[in-house]
Amino acid sequence: MRSTARPVAWLAFVAALCGGPAAADLKIAYIDPLSGGAASAGINAQKHMTYLVDKVNASGGLNGERLQLLSFDNKVDPQESLIALKKALDDGARYIFQGNGSSVALAISDAVAKHNERNPGQEALFFNYAAIDPALTNAKCNFWHFRFDADADMKMAALVNVIATQPQIKKVYLINQDYSFGKAVAAAARRMLAEKRPDIMIVGDELHPLQKVQDFSPYVAKIKASGADTVITGNWSNDMLLLIKAGKDAGLKVNWYTYYAGTLGSPSAIGRDGIGVVKQVSEYHNNALPELDPDAAAFRKRFTEKDDEFGYYRLNTAFLLFAAAANKARSNDPIKVAKALEGMKLNTTVGEVEMRADNHQLLQPLFVSTFSDNVKYDVERTGLGFKTDAKVNARDTALPTTCQMQRPN
Amino acid sequence: MTRDGETDIPRLAPPAALRRWAATRRLWLVAAAVLIVLPFFPGLDSNFGRSLLSQMGIAAIFALSYNLLLGQTGLLSFGHAVYFGLGAYAGIHLMRAINGGLPIPMPLIPIAGAATGLAFGVLFGALTTRRAGVVFALISLGVGELVLAAMRMAQGFSGGEEGITANRSLGPHPFGLTFAPQLQVYYVVAFWALIATVLMVAFLRTPVGRLCNAVRDNPERAEFIGYDPVRIRLIAFSVAAMFAGLAGGLHALNYEIVAADAVGAAQSGTVLLMAYIGGVGTFLGAILGAITITWLQVSLSDYTSAWQLYLGLFFMAAVLFAPGGLAGLLLLHAPLVRKRAWVGVLKAYVIASLPALVMLAGGVTLLEINYRRATQPEVGPRMTLFGVTMDTSTPWPWLVALGLVIVGFYAFRRSWPLVSAAWRRADNAALARSEGGR
Amino acid sequence: MLEIIAFSLLNGVVYGLLLFMVSSGLTLIFSMMGVLNFAHASMFMLGAYFSYQISRWIGFWPALVIAPLLVGGVGAAVERFGLRHVHRQGHVAEILFTFGLAYLIVEFVVMVWGRNPIENRVPAAIDFPLFTLFGTTYPFYKGLMMAIAVAMFAFLYLAFKRTRLGLIIRAALTHPQMVGALGHDVPRIFVLVFATGSALAGVAGVIGGFAFLTEPSMAQSLGPIVFVVVVVGGMGSISGAFIASMLIGIVQTFAVALDYSLLDLLHTLRVAMPSDSPFYAISSIRIAQVAPLIPYLLLVVMLIVRPRGLLGTRET
Repeated sequence: MRSTARPVAWLAFVAALCGGPAAADLKIAYIDPLSGGAASAGINAQKHMTYLVDKVNASGGLNGERLQLLSFDNKVDPQESLIALKKALDDGARYIFQGNGSSVALAISDAVAKHNERNPGQEALFFNYAAIDPALTNAKCNFWHFRFDADADMKMAALVNVIATQPQIKKVYLINQDYSFGKAVAAAARRMLAEKRPDIMIVGDELHPLQKVQDFSPYVAKIKASGADTVITGNWSNDMLLLIKAGKDAGLKVNWYTYYAGTLGSPSAIGRDGIGVVKQVSEYHNNALPELDPDAAAFRKRFTEKDDEFGYYRLNTAFLLFAAAANKARSNDPIKVAKALEGMKLNTTVGEVEMRADNHQLLQPLFVSTFSDNVKYDVERTGLGFKTDAKVNARDTALPTTCQMQRPN
Repeated sequence: MTRDGETDIPRLAPPAALRRWAATRRLWLVAAAVLIVLPFFPGLDSNFGRSLLSQMGIAAIFALSYNLLLGQTGLLSFGHAVYFGLGAYAGIHLMRAINGGLPIPMPLIPIAGAATGLAFGVLFGALTTRRAGVVFALISLGVGELVLAAMRMAQGFSGGEEGITANRSLGPHPFGLTFAPQLQVYYVVAFWALIATVLMVAFLRTPVGRLCNAVRDNPERAEFIGYDPVRIRLIAFSVAAMFAGLAGGLHALNYEIVAADAVGAAQSGTVLLMAYIGGVGTFLGAILGAITITWLQVSLSDYTSAWQLYLGLFFMAAVLFAPGGLAGLLLLHAPLVRKRAWVGVLKAYVIASLPALVMLAGGVTLLEINYRRATQPEVGPRMTLFGVTMDTSTPWPWLVALGLVIVGFYAFRRSWPLVSAAWRRADNAALARSEGGR
Repeated sequence: MLEIIAFSLLNGVVYGLLLFMVSSGLTLIFSMMGVLNFAHASMFMLGAYFSYQISRWIGFWPALVIAPLLVGGVGAAVERFGLRHVHRQGHVAEILFTFGLAYLIVEFVVMVWGRNPIENRVPAAIDFPLFTLFGTTYPFYKGLMMAIAVAMFAFLYLAFKRTRLGLIIRAALTHPQMVGALGHDVPRIFVLVFATGSALAGVAGVIGGFAFLTEPSMAQSLGPIVFVVVVVGGMGSISGAFIASMLIGIVQTFAVALDYSLLDLLHTLRVAMPSDSPFYAISSIRIAQVAPLIPYLLLVVMLIVRPRGLLGTRET
């Protein structure tokens, strides 16, 4: 008996620590990497969340309820994310925000749908702000998931539209991370280039292991050997930084059409070598408007580290839509808010946005911009910034969808 | 040690063996009762609490299988998660088949996991168990990395980075159980945990099990008495892999998703951590280690953002000061408790713990201040710790914390002789009692 | 074609030399003390971070000297105050101690320098192209890296084979107890070896920090490969470590350049493989995708076939 008394006592101790009281605020959960290789993205977005939650609370909250932010570290691991999700739901969170890693987003989307099915009356919504695998609003769409970032295909369409206007581009090299998102980028590039510029030759389609490659010089050598004049890549975080670094070391002279060269250390790593040749597609950059967006300015005042850029403008849009939907539904109940969110249109500082009702994909203006030293506002205190090449209106970014959404009644 | 000609296997007189068998039976019944009642404890009766218990149960089976490998057979493996993960994949694929119409009830999923673990255990074991020690450890590291990379590449089987999902409530519902509520999943986990533990204990009582211990202690001698250590290691390896696969199958059932990380180095490292901190070589150690580490990993991050640092320090302290792990520490006191000589020692512990707590408070404060400054500078210099608000841009918090550490450490060292004296007294009292008492 | 071969060879040699720089210290430590030092790659990381900090305070060239000395000091302290106590508890405890140490070093680095990659820029003094080949430039710091690695190899080789201390250490590799019995201060030799090994990793870190990103997870990216090098090269053999690191560096780099898969082989042999066959997925895997796997494959094969390694003097 004595040897079982100890484990029991231990467990009672554990139990006492696990219990927690419920509070009256509206709880929102933020699940993203706060440690590990992708931590810089997760921490940066967390600062955005903190800023936006404070902003909403300063104006009275939503329907009178204050927002409370609960943060969870998932280390970009789908399993950790599900544990965090269970904790969040148990703590009473009804709105889940996540974005870094499409693999995680797919897991959370699935898990939230299952939870809602098994626990009627305790539904939760999933607000995805950065996971852009197209499947989430197509084959794997569900009513509880809303995406606030243009998906990989929409972004590629914007990039290809700009490429189509450049007759000097003849040979394109594709290099991406070897997982669902990277493959989606490569497939979209092939498809859309064939449509818009069939004369362009795709001289390479490389998939490298995700977050594993330290030395990109062999890949850069291949790009060189292929004679490409343009590289299209969806790489993010370290993979983006290291690729650009290796390209710089080898003196590679190509145009870089990227998704993520404007954030999280990439501009600092690129430096002056990127002027005129590095491009990105994004929903905002510091020179998209004649002056800084007021929230971007306020954010930069509050967070003053070098890497604290307002890179997630779409989170701001997400909160604006969230508040507007809660107002329209006159309630914070997830089902009512979701129904109000569908089809909602709103004016933001960069233009009109619309949340599609058929697949819960946000339509917002997209900017294709080039790295330049002739700008009013720089990025990451490098003295360099991005300059708009082209702007696509929200409506024009829409693509057909295969989503067959099951709605609750 | 015995002389030449004698074997090491002890012969037991029937009455003692029978008494021990009955006592052990009681232990299992109590354990079963505790498992049944546990999810209704206050604090554990939420969805999350039951989920935590399920996680702990799965971790316990995994840690026990690792104990079989390391503690009982002496094989240090850095790639044990391979069998866990492959068992999990087998489980999730079977679940998908059930979702598609196969009429097998969900609680039988772990059997598929166990079978897969066994199969791969035999396959990889045949290649790798020819040598023990450091060579074996390195091969296991290599195999682990290879399987992880293979899983990442075999997208059809493993779903790559996103993994494979299934639905545990879409299938036959025996007795009306849908396995949608976490409580039902917990009971499945608890059931299999009990079965697995019973089987592992039974395995170690068989001649093969005893030989595992022999191979761990002295493989050359085992050879002399006529048994091939390589064969024994292979058997132990396969059995350990089987139970790891069982845990993997439960993992698939609990999370309804399996991603490539299930076979990865992080998972292998975690089970090593659990086995070591709990105490290598004892069943209690593996279970304690699993519970402790799971709780720390899940809940510590709620209290502090430096939780990984604390986990690392905890591990180092265990390696340096408590090589027998938590179980070792507890068992150290078992003779005292049995002889009822523990009061004096407890009093000495209480006295010694006060300066230790002071020292820890100072240390934690220093770490927290530094961590906050390095990782969250925008939150500003004001922070609240242990109910005390302080401004870290002034030198006072630093000096106070440093002072606490120094004073606490000094006082703590002064209290060690007290503890040794108490132990000596307790030992003498215990000796006196056992000689004079009966 | 020639271009790709030339650059793959060059990049492969550089990568291999970097691996050698990091693993030469570990060969010493592993061979001498039998300690599987998981924290060795962490010394590499500390070298990078220390050099960054010292460069900011003083300058790059002093950092090249001071940072490795600091790392060597850390190594000496680790051996004297930590490893020595754990030594008597056996190999498992030693391994776990270094395991925990690696973990703690990462946390320490995060606490001081934060989680994000730091801007460890190549200092202006060595940031210029060394030469231009086929239109691609080759940076000078990579050439410096090669020179330092070769110098390291020469130093270790000569120290081992020509000095008295090297003789004692070599003897301790195969007959540690006898060396102790002959009256040499084996514990002091242990400290010296550990410190030297760590300092060598520190030097690698100073230069490697430029080649790779300097961030808290750089140790665990490089860690396993360094073990592979030591094991494949063989116990107690500096030349073995050199050959193994060059082998892995060159093969892995060349593999990335090869876009061939089993499917291509089947095509040339005029064997058809339908795209819905279960083997299609496996056959269409290109060698380039498999490249990061090659070191581990080599490790497993070597340990099964020849646990002594290529030029090892004994097994463990």
